[in-house]
Amino acid sequence: MWQPKMSLNRRRFLATTALGAAAAATGSLAMTSVLLAQGAAVKLGVLHPVTGALSYSGQQGRLGATMAIADINAAGGIKSLRGTKIDAILGDAQSTPQGGTAEVEKMNAAGAAGIVGGYASSICLAVSQAAARYNLPYVVDVGVADSIVKRGLKNTFRFGPGFGVIAKTALDNLVAINDQAGKPAKTVIIVHEDSLFGSGLAKLLNAQLPAKGFQILDTIAHPTPTRDFSTIVLKIKARNPDLVIPANYYNEYVLLARTMREQHVRLKGIYSVLGGAASSYKFVHDFPEAARYIMDCNHWFNPHSEKALALKKKVEAGGHYFTYEVYMNYSAVELIADAFERAASTDRDKVIAALASSTFSGHIMPYGPTKFVDGQNQGAAPVNTQVLDNDIKVVMPPQFANAKPVFPMPA
Amino acid sequence: MPSPLILVAAVLNGLMTGAVYALVALGLTLIYGVLHIINFAHGALLSAALFAAFFAYQILGLDPYLAVFVLAPVFFALGYALQRFVIGPAARGDERNMLLVTLGLSVFIENALLYAFRANTRTVEVSYAFKSIDLGFTFLAVPRLVSLAAVFAVAFVLWLIMALTDTGKAIRAVAKEKLGAELAGIDVAHVYALTFGLGTACVAIAACLLIPTYYVNPSAGNAFVPVAFTIVVLGGMGSVPGALIGGLVIGVVESLAGFFLGESLGEVGIFLIFILVLLVRPRGLFGSST
Repeated sequence: MWQPKMSLNRRRFLATTALGAAAAATGSLAMTSVLLAQGAAVKLGVLHPVTGALSYSGQQGRLGATMAIADINAAGGIKSLRGTKIDAILGDAQSTPQGGTAEVEKMNAAGAAGIVGGYASSICLAVSQAAARYNLPYVVDVGVADSIVKRGLKNTFRFGPGFGVIAKTALDNLVAINDQAGKPAKTVIIVHEDSLFGSGLAKLLNAQLPAKGFQILDTIAHPTPTRDFSTIVLKIKARNPDLVIPANYYNEYVLLARTMREQHVRLKGIYSVLGGAASSYKFVHDFPEAARYIMDCNHWFNPHSEKALALKKKVEAGGHYFTYEVYMNYSAVELIADAFERAASTDRDKVIAALASSTFSGHIMPYGPTKFVDGQNQGAAPVNTQVLDNDIKVVMPPQFANAKPVFPMPA
Repeated sequence: MPSPLILVAAVLNGLMTGAVYALVALGLTLIYGVLHIINFAHGALLSAALFAAFFAYQILGLDPYLAVFVLAPVFFALGYALQRFVIGPAARGDERNMLLVTLGLSVFIENALLYAFRANTRTVEVSYAFKSIDLGFTFLAVPRLVSLAAVFAVAFVLWLIMALTDTGKAIRAVAKEKLGAELAGIDVAHVYALTFGLGTACVAIAACLLIPTYYVNPSAGNAFVPVAFTIVVLGGMGSVPGALIGGLVIGVVESLAGFFLGESLGEVGIFLIFILVLLVRPRGLFGSST
């Protein structure tokens, strides 16, 4: 087709883009209300690292978010908006912060009423900042770095617990479990991956464990990926600790646990904090022997919630594992849908206000009452799990527990 | 000072880990020695082979050690076809182009695996995965001992092929003097493809030996590539005995450095060797001086 040639000089460029931006700003708001009045969908950005190094977690996260959207739509959509359905705008952060930022731009341009996801702390940090520029409500699904909610961004909310709360709970519960058993564990070796997550945790444990009566025999860092754990396990055997505390990602966690079993390492317990595989049904299914009695302080669902168990069944029926990414994203979507419901609008200010004042209940997480302070849900907390009878049981805190901890682990 | 027995255990561990490194490096060094290109698709091909070994076990119930006899020929054919019909024609005879084509192939293979099998990490549980021999001061894992024995066997067979067969002679001739070999009637394109096939078959064998104790996902193979490059440089580019000895040396260095300096710094030992070899003996331990 013939088109007239147009030269694009600076003046024309500025004029057209300025006009376009103004039209988009006013037009998109007007459009939103017109479309909503017609019962068009509420657009929700679902942003995860579905390719690249974090792709497994990202894909699991997307699964949880899209299942929540499907369930909400099947139950009649957003009722205060005359049953408007939620429409997912799927985004791929490509496992990088800049990938996440680029998706925020696209989602904003597509008229998203909010964004859910991020997964990794680094991506959440970038996404929250990019979304804040557009006053776009953002619910963090997993990212545990405390700084995500400590930068005064009004648009950012985290339903799950942050690193500080997780580490404190992990230490308190370790002391409680050890005390209940008559303090059998006195010495510890920490095995951690050497990036921000593992090193930060190791530093915190080194600072706090001695004060709680534990002697740290060694702190062993390793890179990700690590191909072989034989040398690390040799060191562990040589020092013969009561407890090993691993802080690493799934693959390395599995290799470490397998090598410890292969080398017949005898311990009183393996206690992880946000352990890569410790609270993973896949690990328990694939290596029941190596996984037995491993304890973990991590994100988990409420095992007494009928809704959680029904969701687990549904996820497993689809051939997927019920990992924390799934139920944390499911909950994050439910939280923002509840905000749409109470705001009775997709106006960004109103949705942010509804999130800030949220007392969202009826969710599937083992949390206290929902109350947001500076974007952080004060009720959020991790639980302690243990691999018992080829299953993962909650052993702490008592109100959510469905088993008692077995410690020290039987030889 | 740690007890000498622990150091012996660390050395034994290093040898067994080094065996698998050597096997991955054998393929790389063969391809380099003849085609004079660094095969960037090596890691991706290893991931693909790990998937093949995984599915051979999951779907066909084929034990990884038996799967070697199926997958090595299959991957030989795959490697042959890749070089003959993809890399060779796309490169149009320019070695620099070949390098870029293998880089492109690696991106393609990795993403095809991601698309087909998702990022899920998979493992097989064979009955002998945790079998070990008690030496009193340490346990030697049976699957890793098998790898050690297998790498010697593979290196021996490769050496036999290279030294005694006409194919081996043709490969060596092309490696030394491509034009001369061509003038003597050797089909260079065929020899290139044969060599690429042999290198890829080595990767398939490495995958079958790895899968009982390792895991597979679309990027699992990449973990072995930097170390394999180092081994190729250490042993001498294109040298089969060099890759074998280099692999074992690197395994032991990694193990001991990890023991004394910590795992994060253990890799430093490997790359220190890499730089030292390049400075002091750029042709490597067994590399020819030409």
